[in-house]
Amino acid sequence: MDVTVTTPAGTGRGAWPPAFVVRVGRLAVTIALTFLGLLFVTFVIGRVLPIDPALAILGDRALPHVYERVRHELGLDLPLYHQFWNYLVKALRGDLGSSVLTGRPVIADIRQFFPATLELATFAIVLGVVLGVPMGVWAAVARGRWPDHLVRVLVLIGYSVPVFWLGLVGLLLFYARLDLVAGPGRLDVAYEYVVEPWSGIVLLDSLRAGELRVFRNALAHIVLPGSILGYLSLAYIARMTRSFMLAELGQEYVVAARVKGLSEARVIWRHALGNVMVPMVTVIALSYAYLLEGAVLTETVFAWPGLGLYITHSLFNADMTAVLGGTLIVGVAFVGLNLFSDVLYTFFDPRAR
Amino acid sequence: MTAARVRAWLLADAPASRAQARLGRVYLGVAALSKNPLAVVGLVIVAALVLVAALAPRLATHSPYGQDLERRLRPPEDAHRFGTDQLGRDILSRVVYGARVTLAIVVLVAVIVAPIGLAVGTVAGYFGGWVDGVLMRVTDIFMAFPRLILALALVAVLGPGIVNAILAIAFTTWPPYARIARAETLTIRESDFIAAVRLQGASPIRVLWGHIVPLCVSSLIVRVTLDMAGIILVAAGLGFLGLGARPPEPEWGAMVSEGRQFLLDQWWIATIPGAAIFLVGLGFNLLGDGLRDVLDPKAR
Repeated sequence: MDVTVTTPAGTGRGAWPPAFVVRVGRLAVTIALTFLGLLFVTFVIGRVLPIDPALAILGDRALPHVYERVRHELGLDLPLYHQFWNYLVKALRGDLGSSVLTGRPVIADIRQFFPATLELATFAIVLGVVLGVPMGVWAAVARGRWPDHLVRVLVLIGYSVPVFWLGLVGLLLFYARLDLVAGPGRLDVAYEYVVEPWSGIVLLDSLRAGELRVFRNALAHIVLPGSILGYLSLAYIARMTRSFMLAELGQEYVVAARVKGLSEARVIWRHALGNVMVPMVTVIALSYAYLLEGAVLTETVFAWPGLGLYITHSLFNADMTAVLGGTLIVGVAFVGLNLFSDVLYTFFDPRAR
Repeated sequence: MTAARVRAWLLADAPASRAQARLGRVYLGVAALSKNPLAVVGLVIVAALVLVAALAPRLATHSPYGQDLERRLRPPEDAHRFGTDQLGRDILSRVVYGARVTLAIVVLVAVIVAPIGLAVGTVAGYFGGWVDGVLMRVTDIFMAFPRLILALALVAVLGPGIVNAILAIAFTTWPPYARIARAETLTIRESDFIAAVRLQGASPIRVLWGHIVPLCVSSLIVRVTLDMAGIILVAAGLGFLGLGARPPEPEWGAMVSEGRQFLLDQWWIATIPGAAIFLVGLGFNLLGDGLRDVLDPKAR
């Protein structure tokens, strides 16, 4: 696809604009179109829905002239394309409308709820990468022997288990029976409001304030939901690492490195894994994005006050502005992570530059 | 003796009919699959799901809806192997009938999704140009949302219920199929036999429907099998959130959700239906993995 791929190495170096800038530019156009599409989808969903936004605010017994005025204020009497344009302009300004339930701008609500999701997903992805990559390597190196089978079974379980059920079983075992971890929520009631929110991420904020007791309590709360989500990303990451590693280990440079007399550890962990990490960047970014999805169910089980809980809670209160705002933000995060991984890919892989 | 002859007939180098050739290929596939123990386990689980769904009235010891408030929250015992729930309903019977709901969801989603993906993908791949551009952009947009979240928003609009849940899942599941069908079409489009059909004056619809679609179907079927576990998990997730089947329908995800408040004292209410979801998901994943190994040795 890319023209520069065919130019011999060296000649492409001094060209202006550099190939990777062109690539990123092209990507930006694609992403802009996708964002437009995201907005369009949420707009369409918002317009087909049977809940009348004006009625949702006023209630059923609104007087006709008041109803008409609210419809006018919300722009519902304009033609659809005009409404979409207004929606687009507002969304680009960061205005996603006001939540019917809380009466606050949706974007302010999301800003308040998002850090909790971010904290959970980050905890999970760190776990997934730290454990998943070595497991995948291990399985690939020991192909066909027991470590490979073990990893395969672990991966399959991770792909098959309903995350909400795993959460409940985890609560039952580790919280109720063994009392190893703290229960649902982010903090015990006694520790809430002790630390001034700064980033909204409790683990960071408590450390910053030097409140070690709060930190320990937050850690006891996040361990279980974080590990459960982490297991899901571990399954995906280990599986992908394994298959990428198998491809690399069959390459000639691996044979060459071995013939040169490099230690097996160096061949595997430095040479082969070094090349695997390039496509793995995409995999990790993608699984980070998928954690946002898993977070909806996990947050419900663990009463974790994040974006997922916000979306479902709004949903049950017929607060569609909030639901669609949340959906849009998740979509944007999803696309953003994809873009980010593509840019990183271009950066790490010299062939793509 | 006859078995050996059947085998020889199946494996004939020069099959006399189309049916013979097809059966021979199926036989080879089954033989390869049966050498993979994990895939066999998967097949057994999936077959068990189908059987349980078919024989639900015989396997269930009680009515899945029948309440018995005097015997509520009973632990697993002889009369109720899996115990009873908060309304005294027999959990075993509800899990058994839940197999029907799960199977219905999976089959319906597959039946809706495969034709849509096939239509979008083959048209985009065959015509190329701006048709391709527009269709693939649309596909990308749908892929830009995490599935559960988009399904959530859709069910919110359509209203909760099993039919709407199926529609929402289908709506969020088709894009990868369109991608696969398009990729297949792109390679088929350039082959000589398509050129020959075209030269004979076949219309694009005839070329697509009669010659390209049949060749895309097999890879699509494999992909659907691989996706079944994911579909089950999304459906169960929607059920758990209260957006799938309405009570008192015995849907596994909804059953887990109902049992949540009794988790600490009556663990069986929430955990048993969840275990059923897990088992069926595992079955489809094992089978799908085995199928992929058989049909695409490169992907191992």
